[in-house]
Amino acid sequence: MKGQVVATNESNPASLGANPGLSSTPGYGSRDLFTETPFVRKKKRTEYLVEAIFFLMTLLMVVPLIFIVCYLFYRAAPALSIDFLFSAPTSGMRGGGIWPALLGTLYLVILSLLVSAPIGVLAAVYLNEYARDNWLTRIINLAVVNLAGVPSIVHALFGVGAFVLFARMGRSILAASLTLAIMTLPVIIAATKEALSAVPMAFREACWNVGASRWQTIRGIVLPNSISGILTGIILQVSRAAGETAPIMFTGAVFYKAISEGDIFAYGLFDQCMALSMHLFTISTQVPNVPEAIPYATAVVLLGTVLLVNMLAIVFRVYLRSRKKW
Amino acid sequence: MLKKKIEISNLRVGYGNEQALKGISLDVYENEILAIIGPAQSGKTTLLKVINRTVEFIPGVQVEGSVKIDGQDVLDVKNVYELRRKIGMVFPLPIGLPLSIYDNVAFAPRAAGVYDSTKLDELVERCLKQAALWEEVKDRLSSLGTRLSGGQQQRLTIARALSHQPEILCLDEFSIAVDPVTTMRIEDVLRELRSQVTIILVTNLVQQARRLADRTAFLFNGELIEIDSNDVIFSNSPTNRVTYDYVMGNFG
Amino acid sequence: MSLRHRLDTVTEPIIERIIQLCGISAIVFVFGIFFFVFREGSDLLFRGFDLVEFLTSPQWYPDSVGHKRYGALALIAGTTSVTLLAMAIAVPFGLGAAIFISEFCSPKLRETFKIVIELLAAIPSVVWGFIGLTLMNELIITLFDAPIGLTVLNGGVILALMSVPVIVSIGEDSLKAVPDSYREAAEALGATRWQIIYRVLLPAAKNGLLAAVLLGIARGIGETMAVLMATGHAVKIPHSVLDSVRTLTATIAAELGEAPVHSDHYQVLFLIGVLLFTISFFINLAADLIIKGIGRK
Repeated sequence: MKGQVVATNESNPASLGANPGLSSTPGYGSRDLFTETPFVRKKKRTEYLVEAIFFLMTLLMVVPLIFIVCYLFYRAAPALSIDFLFSAPTSGMRGGGIWPALLGTLYLVILSLLVSAPIGVLAAVYLNEYARDNWLTRIINLAVVNLAGVPSIVHALFGVGAFVLFARMGRSILAASLTLAIMTLPVIIAATKEALSAVPMAFREACWNVGASRWQTIRGIVLPNSISGILTGIILQVSRAAGETAPIMFTGAVFYKAISEGDIFAYGLFDQCMALSMHLFTISTQVPNVPEAIPYATAVVLLGTVLLVNMLAIVFRVYLRSRKKW
Repeated sequence: MLKKKIEISNLRVGYGNEQALKGISLDVYENEILAIIGPAQSGKTTLLKVINRTVEFIPGVQVEGSVKIDGQDVLDVKNVYELRRKIGMVFPLPIGLPLSIYDNVAFAPRAAGVYDSTKLDELVERCLKQAALWEEVKDRLSSLGTRLSGGQQQRLTIARALSHQPEILCLDEFSIAVDPVTTMRIEDVLRELRSQVTIILVTNLVQQARRLADRTAFLFNGELIEIDSNDVIFSNSPTNRVTYDYVMGNFG
Repeated sequence: MSLRHRLDTVTEPIIERIIQLCGISAIVFVFGIFFFVFREGSDLLFRGFDLVEFLTSPQWYPDSVGHKRYGALALIAGTTSVTLLAMAIAVPFGLGAAIFISEFCSPKLRETFKIVIELLAAIPSVVWGFIGLTLMNELIITLFDAPIGLTVLNGGVILALMSVPVIVSIGEDSLKAVPDSYREAAEALGATRWQIIYRVLLPAAKNGLLAAVLLGIARGIGETMAVLMATGHAVKIPHSVLDSVRTLTATIAAELGEAPVHSDHYQVLFLIGVLLFTISFFINLAADLIIKGIGRK
């Protein structure tokens, strides 16, 4: 069947009307469209099979997520309580809760956000609104791609070399946050760039035509209409920063630090702190004889936080897409 | 003798290897309506973009020649924002900015530094009235400009183009996305405005040029074939045979 | 002109300069990362560190008193084995899922799957490591009757699950980038969907799919916490998937805390960092060039 060309008589359009139909074209055999030949059945079977296989492959990716979440919850249940969240670890990390770690993670996330959000958003504004198509722009884009690709442990080494030692910050919340900020910068840049480029070019041209400068256009039209996408990027940065372990391991996070309970300003900028991700690593690998449910509960809190923040981003995105202004 | 508002001499614009305008020279007089007609790709839009210098947003563009407004060459202008405020632009597709109707019109004055609210109120009302949109929207000035119908948005675009009190108004095939009734209303608006501003009307509707304009220029393949008063262009004997064929609809 | 406007004209150039600086900051950071990581390790390099031994010897005895050896071959083998296994699992599944999501799904189902993939990508690596340490560990011990479950297999499966979202999302993007006219043309010729995928889509999207695989590999090589926790701590060249190994990244994470600052050991760890940076740099560069190649078409 393949490779057959249906010839029509181009020189005489009138003959088209009298076209006897494809079935009489040599090579097509009898064109019975209404019986299922074995050939057709076989083809159909392959089709279903192919679709089923690909579906299973996709499913095999979805199942672990649900299974893992359920399994962790199941094993964590005995230890999970409100008290677990708000009390400090006791008896050498073998009892009590995770409050200092929770608070430490909050500090790291907020501080890193304060650094990476403005730089990331403005960098994206530069790339999308100002940058011309030249070698500098190409290098910046390449740098952003590479920044996203640098292994997290290399970011940790950078944090040690640049902030802890060179800038003499020591192992501190500040050094750890800065390391996290640089690591998560590409998340914000990518999300902001996407949000900015979704604003139609015509809006910018309309503004330029009435004599608005580039910055007036950005401030008046582009940013207000991409703020939702930018916020989604910032939320994703939060989730990423909250989950990272390697970059903070040697720059500011510690195994254990006693803080006064109930004081949310317990940590100072140059203090070391506990962090949720680091805490999970510690109690599951470094401390022997921890009651089983405690690491599971810690994992559930960490995973739950990150997934909730991500879902928030998704809901936010769907909501804002529904009330687009044009 | 009429005063010359815009003098274009030997204007060449190229994008890479392509020549969009191949040496155009023409004058526009104060307070006239000049129509520019011609088939697609003949360089009409490019001409407008040179006048308000938005042509430089196109990557790889080269401009030669001179375009003088009131005797000053726009290609030498340093403050392009002020230049663009002198010129109102209306493009084929209506573009309501995603702002309220009020803010749409107030955008340009604010960008130019007018923040006084009574002045702005007055200005917005005047521009919307000039664009024949006031009656339809006066009760919902705070609703989104992008929610208006196509015809209303086009009039909003005109109101915005008038909001910075331009001396020249350029319209580029404004009626493409607009129904015939609205087109007629906008044409009436243009006739009214004529006493205050100079109007350049790019159109591919020959009849529109005949109805509205004082003079008509015929552009073809980046070259100016003919420019003359409507009496000549739309007569049975324009200077150039090509013009006659185009106007009569024999090609284009 | 109002005061506010005059203020604007003053601040505008300043703001634009700040924006420009932020744009350039990405370059500064990437150079900064290389510079500071290299700086901490460079001293050793200039004191005649044996790079050949570093890259070819499997002997890693950083703590030995009289017989210190810094051969990273076993670590490189660890990284390679875990990454290869992970790709062997993740590439077919990732591409299969990308094809299903882009070609067979209804729009609603597609949205759901994309959300799931996004969530899968969001799971922190330390949580993956914890799953390897507990669930996968027990599973491997029971299934294979192995003495220990923290093996190449464990790390490979975990890493596969972590890389799949990368492969799916970039793979799906590149399939989506194939013009619909190709599909329609093939349908008009009477091709079945499998024929369309196999003969039209895969060849047309092959660059993007290659980039997806490359980025998956980069993710695998760079992953730290999950493999640190899931592959055991044996510095040796593995002979089967049930052997324990240690990767380059895990070695840094495990030993940096114990190595005295500026000791030879400490500097070697930074050199491993330089090696990792270089590998990821070139993989990302290659993937980027391949993706840009698609954009140009």
